[in-house]
Amino acid sequence: MLGLNKKDTSLLLVVAALTLLAPFILNPFPEGSAMAQFNAGYPDLMQRFVIFGIFAIGFNILFGLTGYLSFGHAAFLGVGSYSAVWIFKLFTYNVLPAIALSVVVAGLFSLLIGFVSLRRSGIYFSILTLAFAQMSFALAYSVLSNPRFNLTNGETGLQVYADDPQWFHRDGLPDLPHLFGLSMRSTYRLDLGAWSFDFNAGYYLCAVVLMVVFYLAIRIFRSPFGMMLRAVKSNQQRMNYTGLNSRPYTLAAFVISGMYAGLAGGLMAAMDPLAGAERMQWTASGEVVLMTILGGTGTLIGPVLGAGFIKYFENIFSKINDNVLHGWFAFLPDGMEDFVVAIIHPFIGKGWHLTLGLLFMLVVIFLPGGLVEGGQRLRNWVRGKPKTENTSGKTEPAE
Amino acid sequence: MSNNDVTRRRVLKTGAVAGAGLALPTIFTAQSVRAFTNEPTGSSVKLGFNVPQTNAYADEGADELRAYELAVEHLNGGGDGGMMNTFSSKALKGNGILGKKVEFVTGDTQTKSDAARASAKSMIEKDGAVMITGGSSSGVAIAVQGLCQDAGVIFMAGLTHSNDTTGKDKKANGFRHFFNTEMSGSALAPILEANYGKDRRAYHLTADYTWGWSQENSIRNYTEALGWETVNAVKTPLATTDFSSYIAPVLNSGADVLVLNHYGGNMVNSLTNAVQFGLRDKQVEGRNFEIIVPLYSRLMARGAGENVKGIFGSTNWHWSLSDAGSQAFVKSFGEKYGFPPSQAAHTCYVQTLLYADAVERAGTFNPCGVAEALEGFDFDGLGNGPTLYRAEDHQCFKDVLVVKGKENPTSEFDLLEIVEVTPRAQVEYAVDHPDFAGGDLGQCNPGA
Repeated sequence: MLGLNKKDTSLLLVVAALTLLAPFILNPFPEGSAMAQFNAGYPDLMQRFVIFGIFAIGFNILFGLTGYLSFGHAAFLGVGSYSAVWIFKLFTYNVLPAIALSVVVAGLFSLLIGFVSLRRSGIYFSILTLAFAQMSFALAYSVLSNPRFNLTNGETGLQVYADDPQWFHRDGLPDLPHLFGLSMRSTYRLDLGAWSFDFNAGYYLCAVVLMVVFYLAIRIFRSPFGMMLRAVKSNQQRMNYTGLNSRPYTLAAFVISGMYAGLAGGLMAAMDPLAGAERMQWTASGEVVLMTILGGTGTLIGPVLGAGFIKYFENIFSKINDNVLHGWFAFLPDGMEDFVVAIIHPFIGKGWHLTLGLLFMLVVIFLPGGLVEGGQRLRNWVRGKPKTENTSGKTEPAE
Repeated sequence: MSNNDVTRRRVLKTGAVAGAGLALPTIFTAQSVRAFTNEPTGSSVKLGFNVPQTNAYADEGADELRAYELAVEHLNGGGDGGMMNTFSSKALKGNGILGKKVEFVTGDTQTKSDAARASAKSMIEKDGAVMITGGSSSGVAIAVQGLCQDAGVIFMAGLTHSNDTTGKDKKANGFRHFFNTEMSGSALAPILEANYGKDRRAYHLTADYTWGWSQENSIRNYTEALGWETVNAVKTPLATTDFSSYIAPVLNSGADVLVLNHYGGNMVNSLTNAVQFGLRDKQVEGRNFEIIVPLYSRLMARGAGENVKGIFGSTNWHWSLSDAGSQAFVKSFGEKYGFPPSQAAHTCYVQTLLYADAVERAGTFNPCGVAEALEGFDFDGLGNGPTLYRAEDHQCFKDVLVVKGKENPTSEFDLLEIVEVTPRAQVEYAVDHPDFAGGDLGQCNPGA
């Protein structure tokens, strides 16, 4: 279907099913039960899963295929968000022009940065992109946000005010980002017995976009262009010696992944019309690297899984506090209860980074191919196949 | 390996699939049946406490959380009732709010707008919070206030001192009990004039976000009206931890006053750096070099230790106040946690009581009803004397304290002494004050 082979078609169908049924899959526990804490099926988090999935898919086109490790991808996401919010401020709350512009602006911006950074490779390339991203962050945070010339509104974040022009905004349209009148915030809540499931318009917009860009990513991975990028990763020097100029290919990959990041940024602004400078900070750039490596570099579905994994920890584990723990362990005798809570305390709440760090270490040490490799091993084990050799074609480390 | 043929049939098929995908979300446009966002239907009601638990304002956030837990205990009839006994409105009975038991969820704002909004959104969407409160940074407060306006829940601002929160960024669903930089400026100016004279040269270090700009602007307006000259004003990023490179230029700038428009961990570090560079022992043309911290808190004074002695600033509330409300609060807070509350804890506790009281008086959790009950509400007994929630901008008007770092502290909590209680009449300003211009409350939004 759609020019894909059988295996890729089924992968696309799996992704489609997962995203469309996410409200059910992510809310397995009845509302009001003790386990409801672990439900992730509320609109904001589902949107984040998908948006960061898009971000990581795009990053993987650069990192997974060419091996160029960019530490500045958050800058493109931020630029996309700012452009989208400016469309909201100046023209209309309709999300389509905002998302379109965010992709275009991020594409141009990545062309500029890529043109300079790609003159070097390896660690020098990483440092260059990191430097550019931190420059963009400083610009957004401070330089471009003084009271005289306020492009980004600094720490507060760019947002839409009632007195903004919004030339194409009409009465009767929602005062929030919308798609031809359908507010991104409108949610249909389905109550089934003790369970409740949220179907959010904004989430489904993101989900459709994810399926489209996932399809695009498959086509890129399977194209001659994708093959050329893989060649860059395996031995760029040799390619150059054969008289082939690889830079147009790497630059194209860089711009494509920058546009994916811009798309993610535009969607973020469309779901919540505020763009903060922190989303351009180096920690945000590092996060997408983690997502890709955690899920499985160079695989198609890995980055999406990694993004979901990290966002789940950030939003669910960070909200478990001592009160919740005491609730869980109330059945233990008093002294024991306090002891158990004290042991677990550093790993939950604001300590979620610690838990994530430990899991990341475990994955990198025991599953170098990321969660995807874990899945493959599990499948082989279930089918009773003997251990296959490392799937080296997909998981070799980046240089 | 690849298949790039584009046939008419394939284009049609792709188009049909894409069209179906785009049409799918329109099935789900129906709204929920609730009358307003997160209408509590069971026997309990959930409030969302969104405070910084990490980064520069973590100390304030931790104290705010303690105050919220105390307020919830008191609302549910536990403890000794604290300020509920001294509050001029007697609508609260200690049986929860409107008979519903108060429960709460907490979140970490990380003092970042994005993270704070994500946390507040999950409280609203996942936990069903009907009111969000907290924040220890004006940037965050403004971002979350905007979100609450869109989502249709009440936002009771915690510690936020920028003029913009109830100025150009004010929202119909947002309310602020804390004072602002305009009030700080007008309360501090007479004290500065009396102590330091009329011909000082000031150097500003300013936290680079909405609160810092607002604070710098207010202090400049008032001190320049006295006759002071502003030598320079330098912006410092909020995440800065070492201010040496910002302090060094002060030494040779010819300034004889340093104004630190910093709060929390920022102020602790910048003041410590300033003292290390010998600014406090410095003489400029025969006069002592002075440092001013326009917004002070006890937590900051404790963090900065010895260095705060003799330094002037303003504060919203201090635990050594002797009125019945303050004493009741200090007593129940002290009994629960073993030390006196900070101003951040006070304003958060008071905001929670004010919200609960407004719900009781309105008889509904509907944000529009609550807003109506809070607008123009006159009250007393919550530690700041007679106070008004002004209807036009949702700002509280009350006395402001001017404080000074104590020369001879008697305990680790007794770090600030009250120099003057500036009466409410002196710090009041018109709704159309130029520093507050450009905002619009808009209409209250009940969501749904």
